[in-house]
Amino acid sequence: MAEPDLAQPLARSGHALPLPDWERVPWWMIVLILAGILAMLIIFTSADYTNILLLLSSGIALTLYVTFFAYALALVVGLVAGLMRVSRNPVLYTVSTLYVEVIRGIPLLVQILYFFYVIAPALARAIPEPYADIFRREENIGIVALAIGYGAYLAETYRAGIEAIPRGQMEAARSLGMSYLQAMRYVILPQAIRIILPPLGNDFVAMLKDSALTSAISVKELTLWTRQRSANTFRPLEHWTIAALLYLVMTIGLSLIVRYIERKFAIPK
Amino acid sequence: MTTPIIQIENVHKHFGRVHALRGVSTSVQRGEVLVLIGPSGSGKSTLLRCINGLERPDAGRVIVDGIPLDNSSEHINAVRAEVGMVFQQFNLFPHLTVLENITLAQQIVRKRTAEASQRIARELLAKVGIPEKADAYPAQLSGGQQQRVAIARALAMNPKIMLFDEPTSALDPEMIKEVLDTMLLLAREGMTMVVVSHEMGFARAAAHRIIFMDNGTIIEDTTPDELFTHPREERTRQFLSKIL
Repeated sequence: MAEPDLAQPLARSGHALPLPDWERVPWWMIVLILAGILAMLIIFTSADYTNILLLLSSGIALTLYVTFFAYALALVVGLVAGLMRVSRNPVLYTVSTLYVEVIRGIPLLVQILYFFYVIAPALARAIPEPYADIFRREENIGIVALAIGYGAYLAETYRAGIEAIPRGQMEAARSLGMSYLQAMRYVILPQAIRIILPPLGNDFVAMLKDSALTSAISVKELTLWTRQRSANTFRPLEHWTIAALLYLVMTIGLSLIVRYIERKFAIPK
Repeated sequence: MTTPIIQIENVHKHFGRVHALRGVSTSVQRGEVLVLIGPSGSGKSTLLRCINGLERPDAGRVIVDGIPLDNSSEHINAVRAEVGMVFQQFNLFPHLTVLENITLAQQIVRKRTAEASQRIARELLAKVGIPEKADAYPAQLSGGQQQRVAIARALAMNPKIMLFDEPTSALDPEMIKEVLDTMLLLAREGMTMVVVSHEMGFARAAAHRIIFMDNGTIIEDTTPDELFTHPREERTRQFLSKIL
């Protein structure tokens, strides 16, 4: 293994000593790590910043809560809609296509506000009492609205993944006597999901950032929390800097988790 | 003569404007090995795929082991459980190991336990000559090994009929023999087989009947010996001169 690594730069550059390949060094990561260390030094040596960090962290919990539940729900909504999109049943196809086209044509913020002001109150009125409360809590409304909005994009991702699997896979599964749904579940989807893991991961990260939109319907996640604290203390610079850093740490963390999952489920070659 | 296990009556199939099958009728007896040959686009693969419902005839009837292949998905699934199929491109499931490829349908279609299906899978892997590959993934096998796994996967369902759709066409020359030997073994055991293939050696050694198709119709239906030595039709002669 070590031999070709050494031989390559030697052969190319002609230097006596193998030099690192400067173009391939992940400079962005080094800059980011240095900036992170600097930020941590500032935060933990200043009592002000430490205080702000501790106060804002309570917003993180709600941001992660909203993101995880909304994404889990969106995965289910997207799977169902995606399966309907590849269905040969014209009713299922039409309903799912309508859903995808309508949702993708409306800004997510407008969808969240619409759900909050129009649909959720109607649902709360229509549903019997102990359950109606579900649609009165802001974070639940935010979760459902985000899930419906993202479900449309995920549906298209699932569809693309399913269509990328060669037809012979479905034929082989059906020839063995499996039903269409069995073939989907055991043969097509396990392969399709491996293909679409990168875009699914991107959407997970994007969802974390878009969870900030639920601040518009007063879900007290990180963004709304930061806004209120910075307004109360008249110190926007410190608060928003820390909020931005917190988002960055969370998104990079998620990306790393997604990459790990991708590697873990890769099909051996 | 007993009732044929496969009955094909006046089957027509269109693909858009292409008339792929033009009123094909034939039948296959239990234990018979039938080879279908013909130029590409002659309809031989389409006819084969009609036997397990991968293609639906536009007109005519296909009856397999007394079950008509009609619009009832119950009938189609019942037929598919009786009919094994081997494809040109193997179509193994790449995300599953060789053993899992063979046990999956046994468990979810035949409702066998994990232990029973694994035992059957290992027996069949031994039979096709690659017992040591049980835990490998399809991408780690040669083409010939993959095709033998595909045969084992189909056999695990205890089919009454095996269909082969150009099983050696995607293989490197040195791997063709190992697959043909496996097929020959099946033929000797009395399996009913319908084989689309241009492997004339196999046809001579194993086939009871050979059908030459062209342009969506059956041109000749006879024994391999008869076809190779005394082809009746000019088109058959032309075709044989190209492939022999």
